[in-house]
Amino acid sequence: MSSSQIHISSPSVSANAAESTFHEVDDLERAIPSIEFRNVVLAFDERVILNNLSFKVMKGETKIILGGSGGGKSTIIKLVLGLLKPDSGQVLVDGEDITYYSEDQMMKIRKKIGMVFQEGALFDSLSVYDNVAYRLHEQGVPEEEVEPEVRRMLRFVNLEDAIDKMPIELSGGMRRRVGIARALIGDPKIVLFDEPTAGLDPPTARTICELAMKLRDLEDVSSIFVTHEMNNLDYICSEYAVVDHEGKVGFEREGERLCLINSKVMMMKEGKVIFSGTDESLRRAEDPYIQKFLRGH
Amino acid sequence: MNFATRALLELQETTLLASRAFAGLFKRPKYLAETIAQMDAIGVGSLTIIILTGFFTGGVLTVQTFPTLKAYGAQSQTGYLVAISLVRELGPVLCALMVTGRVGSAISAELGSMVVSQQIDAMRALGTDPTRKLVMPRLVALLISLPLLTVLADVLGIVGGWATAIGLYSVSSSVFIAAVRDGITTDDLIGGIVKPLVFSLIIGTIACRQGLHTEGGTVGVGRSTTRAVVMASIIVIIADYFLAKALQVILGTT
Repeated sequence: MSSSQIHISSPSVSANAAESTFHEVDDLERAIPSIEFRNVVLAFDERVILNNLSFKVMKGETKIILGGSGGGKSTIIKLVLGLLKPDSGQVLVDGEDITYYSEDQMMKIRKKIGMVFQEGALFDSLSVYDNVAYRLHEQGVPEEEVEPEVRRMLRFVNLEDAIDKMPIELSGGMRRRVGIARALIGDPKIVLFDEPTAGLDPPTARTICELAMKLRDLEDVSSIFVTHEMNNLDYICSEYAVVDHEGKVGFEREGERLCLINSKVMMMKEGKVIFSGTDESLRRAEDPYIQKFLRGH
Repeated sequence: MNFATRALLELQETTLLASRAFAGLFKRPKYLAETIAQMDAIGVGSLTIIILTGFFTGGVLTVQTFPTLKAYGAQSQTGYLVAISLVRELGPVLCALMVTGRVGSAISAELGSMVVSQQIDAMRALGTDPTRKLVMPRLVALLISLPLLTVLADVLGIVGGWATAIGLYSVSSSVFIAAVRDGITTDDLIGGIVKPLVFSLIIGTIACRQGLHTEGGTVGVGRSTTRAVVMASIIVIIADYFLAKALQVILGTT
């Protein structure tokens, strides 16, 4: 990781520090959004799923997409991966318009994107090792290079002990973490999370959020984090990962003097964006739907 | 969408799937290990049912035809009739139907489960084309395995007919074998190989298409599996009729 990347991705940025950080962005590439939607429309038959959707995810930024079930959140992720095509509008990845890319062209784009599925979507017939190594095996990487990489990723999600297990032997939370390790192999600079904490107990959900924060703050990864759980928002928007002098990763709250600039929130309702901004402004929003969503009743 | 449009659309999609799978044969990675694993699952895994089906079909052919042939004094031709029936029709068709039931359903259910558990999406997200990774090895394995299984079913059917003829009806072994030799021609053997090649394409593409097209969770997996078996079975039987006629014309045996 370059020093500039570490600097830019650092979440513990005070107002002054944030200003100086922006001045130091001399790398034009960082000004190009990792993901951009321009007026995207998608409908299945008569049902409009996404209605003129536009947004950007900048380099090193986490975009939390909130909304109720059936609001089109997961569809956004499928569009980024080219698993679905929009009826109109444009989808850009790293400034490249992928809207009308063929399946072969999309394969190249997908190599720089990691995807964490709701239930993990692990391959049942493959062990944890083979699941995590899947991308490298497909690329024909020699086995002696694959194993250390797989172990590194499993250490990142704290599951190295499960390397020889089959997916059926894992708990729900472990499956998600293996899914994260699999998504991160090859060090993609964009990671998409599709409700990764749905149905998990709070401590496990917290672990998943910590992994997302580590990616954001220590690896300079841009991500979309689709969720409908408010505690995910609390963790990701108000805490950041730090490395202490012993090399241990910890998490600190932003507090009064700091403001995380690399996490944004977007709320969707019936295919439309009804809010886009910071978590603080989301909490101040007066929209009845948002207030109901925040309060839970 | 009416029935005809739906059928045409299904035909188009199934053909496209097969063509994409075969186009993948010439690209890397080659998925040789997957193809061999599928040959093991499809070919070796189907040996028991094919051995039993072939043997007892030959036996029952003898049981059903011997009394009639004897009434005309043609009991020495039992081997002829058993061999021709098996090599031309019953071997390829029964083998294809058995493989449809065992393998077609398994392919459709496996791919369908992968669809509903998002494993297919995960595969695509990880930069793998599921058509090449999943469809191509299964089609190639079927193309190699089904003709071999058919030959085995033919041979064991003749053995079953022979065992029944000499065991139940005291037909001389040499008479039965001589009749078998007289009955089978090269054209029959060609037809007996061409048919399973076509059938394997039908079974493989329909099972893969239905599996990959699964919608509606686990209930959908059941539906697509049933649809795959029913469609493949019916189309195998219909294709057999047209193939039989086409082979007669091509080989000049009309």
